[in-house]
Amino acid sequence: MKLYYLLGLDKLDSTIAIIKNVESKKYGRKDIIKVDELIDLNVDALGYIDPRITVNIVQNAQLKEKLRLELPQTLRNIVRCKNPRCITSVETTVDQVFRLSDAEQRLYRCVYCEVAPDREGE
Amino acid sequence: MRHLIDITDLSQDEIGGLLQASEDIAARPGDYADACRHQRLATLFFEPSTRTRLSFEAAMQALGGSVLGFSTSDASSTAKGESVSDTVQTVSCYADIIAMRHHKEGAPLLASIRAQVPVINAGDGGHAHPTQTLTDLLTIYREKGRLDDLVIGLCGDLKFGRTVHSLIAAMVPYANVSFVLVSPRELRVPDYIREMLTQAGSSFIETEDLEGNLGQMDVLYMTRVQRERFFNEADYVRLKDRFILDMDKLEYGRDDLSILHPLPRVNEISVAVDSDPRATYFKQVKNGMIVRQALILKLLGEAS
Repeated sequence: MKLYYLLGLDKLDSTIAIIKNVESKKYGRKDIIKVDELIDLNVDALGYIDPRITVNIVQNAQLKEKLRLELPQTLRNIVRCKNPRCITSVETTVDQVFRLSDAEQRLYRCVYCEVAPDREGE
Repeated sequence: MRHLIDITDLSQDEIGGLLQASEDIAARPGDYADACRHQRLATLFFEPSTRTRLSFEAAMQALGGSVLGFSTSDASSTAKGESVSDTVQTVSCYADIIAMRHHKEGAPLLASIRAQVPVINAGDGGHAHPTQTLTDLLTIYREKGRLDDLVIGLCGDLKFGRTVHSLIAAMVPYANVSFVLVSPRELRVPDYIREMLTQAGSSFIETEDLEGNLGQMDVLYMTRVQRERFFNEADYVRLKDRFILDMDKLEYGRDDLSILHPLPRVNEISVAVDSDPRATYFKQVKNGMIVRQALILKLLGEAS
């Protein structure tokens, strides 16, 4: 449901189906969100939330494109820096930019202060 | 446009070049007396400084250039709410190069994105201080004749000590350099520094025992426990005196130990240590001016 709101699906008029606990050969179980219109997708945001997400674009009942996501190298304006010592805490018009510091740990660091987005200064 | 925001902006070759240039400037200062004639350095210091600001200004003047700027944010339109972005774009119209110190981490990086001239980070919050690192590297190089094959001890406030973070980042790429990190538990290095050391495969230990580890050090880098980085006065008072270097502790150090300190010192090195031949921290001050001359020449040269 986090994805549902992140993608702004609550604001759409088109038909949306949420299917939970579908059998998956790869993961055992998976959830599916089916949207009956083409929407703009921030693949970096989706990849950050979960790089295991797959996006299938279907047109005329045919699978037109399959996007396998990756952990993005850079996040721009997806999460905010919580470090009160960071310049972005006072210059709020500046883009919030995080770089991938450790892919295994899925750890990102603010490019300005090098603190992780869920920390308030280490 | 080249800037110096973090010490890792410079390759090891470039650092080597700056150290060589510094040796030449020290040996033949007259050759450089007009190198920056008609050029201006702006020192934008939003928080206090003695050494760094005066060192930059002396360096530019020794190169025949001039300086302008401010030494506290109260003396600028920051007091009226002007952003760093606007300040830097304005000052880019007046100066050929900017040296900035700011209490917020990442402010010089933001400045480098907005400025039309090279920006040097003269210290940002508790984050980084790359020109102090160049000073420290030049001092180590002049005392030891090398930057590899060394045991570097760092003692005091390793959490908020930006000079510590920058020095570790600079020394990690050199061969056979190991680190002894001496601090109270509450003031250990931040996680990103620990990650950097681990990812680089550097040998390091974290300990609260200065005397027990002094004997293995080639360099001891002492730091001040920084009151201004604490949000809580009681925490500062409790921790500040824990790691003081005096003549008794120095008995455990080797004769060829080099003692460095970025200054200002409060009480973490006793005054009695100043006359010990191993005390190098006032020589560090002179090295700071020289290496900043070399840096200004490099960045202005590349900008033109």
